[in-house]
Amino acid sequence: MDKRKLEENFFKGLMIASTIIIVGSLLSVLVVVLFRGAPALSISMLAQTPKGGYYLGKEGGILNAIVGSLYLAGGATAIAFIISLPTTLYLNEYAYRSKLASFTRQSLDVLWSVPSIIYGVFGFTIMIYLSIRASLLGGIMALTLLELPIMIRAMDEVMKMVPLKLKEASYALGATKLETTLNVIARQALPGVVMAILLALGRAIGDAASVLFTAGYTDNIPRSLFDPAASLPLAVFFQLGTPFPEVQQRAYASGFILLVIVLSLSVASRLLTRRFMRYVIK
Amino acid sequence: MFKPHISIQKLNVFYEGHHVLKDITVDIPEKRITAIIGPSGCGKTTLLKSLNRLIDLVDGVKVSGNVLVDGINIYGNGLDVTNIRKKMGLIAQVPNLLPMSIYDNTAYGSRIHGVKDRKELNQTVERCLRVSGLWDEVKDRLKDPASKLSIGQQQRLCLARALAVEPEVLLCDEPTSALDPISARHIEGQLLTIKKDYTIVFVTHILRQAKRLADYVVFLYFGELVEHGPAEEILTNPSEPRTQAYLKGEIS
Repeated sequence: MDKRKLEENFFKGLMIASTIIIVGSLLSVLVVVLFRGAPALSISMLAQTPKGGYYLGKEGGILNAIVGSLYLAGGATAIAFIISLPTTLYLNEYAYRSKLASFTRQSLDVLWSVPSIIYGVFGFTIMIYLSIRASLLGGIMALTLLELPIMIRAMDEVMKMVPLKLKEASYALGATKLETTLNVIARQALPGVVMAILLALGRAIGDAASVLFTAGYTDNIPRSLFDPAASLPLAVFFQLGTPFPEVQQRAYASGFILLVIVLSLSVASRLLTRRFMRYVIK
Repeated sequence: MFKPHISIQKLNVFYEGHHVLKDITVDIPEKRITAIIGPSGCGKTTLLKSLNRLIDLVDGVKVSGNVLVDGINIYGNGLDVTNIRKKMGLIAQVPNLLPMSIYDNTAYGSRIHGVKDRKELNQTVERCLRVSGLWDEVKDRLKDPASKLSIGQQQRLCLARALAVEPEVLLCDEPTSALDPISARHIEGQLLTIKKDYTIVFVTHILRQAKRLADYVVFLYFGELVEHGPAEEILTNPSEPRTQAYLKGEIS
């Protein structure tokens, strides 16, 4: 009896310790970024593009990178979603046990772990072939490729969880496969689909390597798909690379802004899914 | 004599090499309750799912033989399976609600079969919920998620949803097995009231339930059709020794 109680307490302690380590390291990252960046945080940082001598720590802000990142990640996420949803539905509802499906899953799992610089280089190669310069369009293309495996596989796992009895209910009423897929399966899986989108978006908005060649960097806000676009991760990268402490401070501030953007997207999508969650069958 | 509505002829079902249903030939009478009885795992559910071709969804299944509904073989070539299923409503063992509101669950079938008119949908929803005895309990919260209902209410909602597509046949797969006794009685009562309009096929392993409901009884034993006939005959005076043994509780 005593031994079992000891076991129970030991493993409980282990779980609590792991949780504390995770949450603690996350918080310490936040705290460090905030403390180091706080002196540089200001309205002009958010509202202005870099002014002359910005890299020397003078004036202006990083609005170019904020807007660039939102454009890049937003565009890539939208395109990735448009491709991912039908792919996932096809993998699950039309070709569940086929060789094609298992091959696709396997390839996506491999692609998931491909370093993002590879996507950057691959995107760059395609851009040369299509003779596109480093631009918003190029960046969106590379980030879409980066997001696809994540989004599809994450959605795939969610769709797999939709119970067979729900599909049976729909088919038994005379629904076609498409009707069942769109009205029942997509709806039941919706909260999970939103999480998958968020996961992919989070990866894209924080990635520096894949946009380095494809989107380039600029002090301006892109006015068209063919203009180069700045991004927050690259802003951090360049600012940290300077020898000036003031500019390095700005890197932490930029990092903090990126964190806040991701956090608010996450909270917003959670609030959004709560509405859909009501109808999900548990 | 009963007038047949569904005519099952030499139906065989194989599942990954298993011979699950063996040469089933039987007529299901129109506008009566037919109980399919037999021990667990004898193929009752498989037989039921063969009648609306929901069995098509199972991987590795092979079906041979004919099932005639209104004289048309539902296993015939080039038949639209959605039309067959529209004719045959199904109530599952455990309520299988759709991830939507009470209203949308009830209206789902009508909507996919092309009813768009709001007024018509409202009428269908009210009519079907009344028939299934749920209307008074839910009329003020039709927009609530269906999953918030109690399990007994959920099963009645499934009945309403099945009725909304105006089927001719209701296939019930032990629909009361997950319910408390009071909800079970409720469902039974509902089925007895509507049997004048529908052909009902009812799978059960509870003999007393078969006695309460059935007009006609089909006894399956390990995939074989042992005996079938009017309920009073089969349930009180069966001719087959296996049926006698099952009714006495010697085999189960």
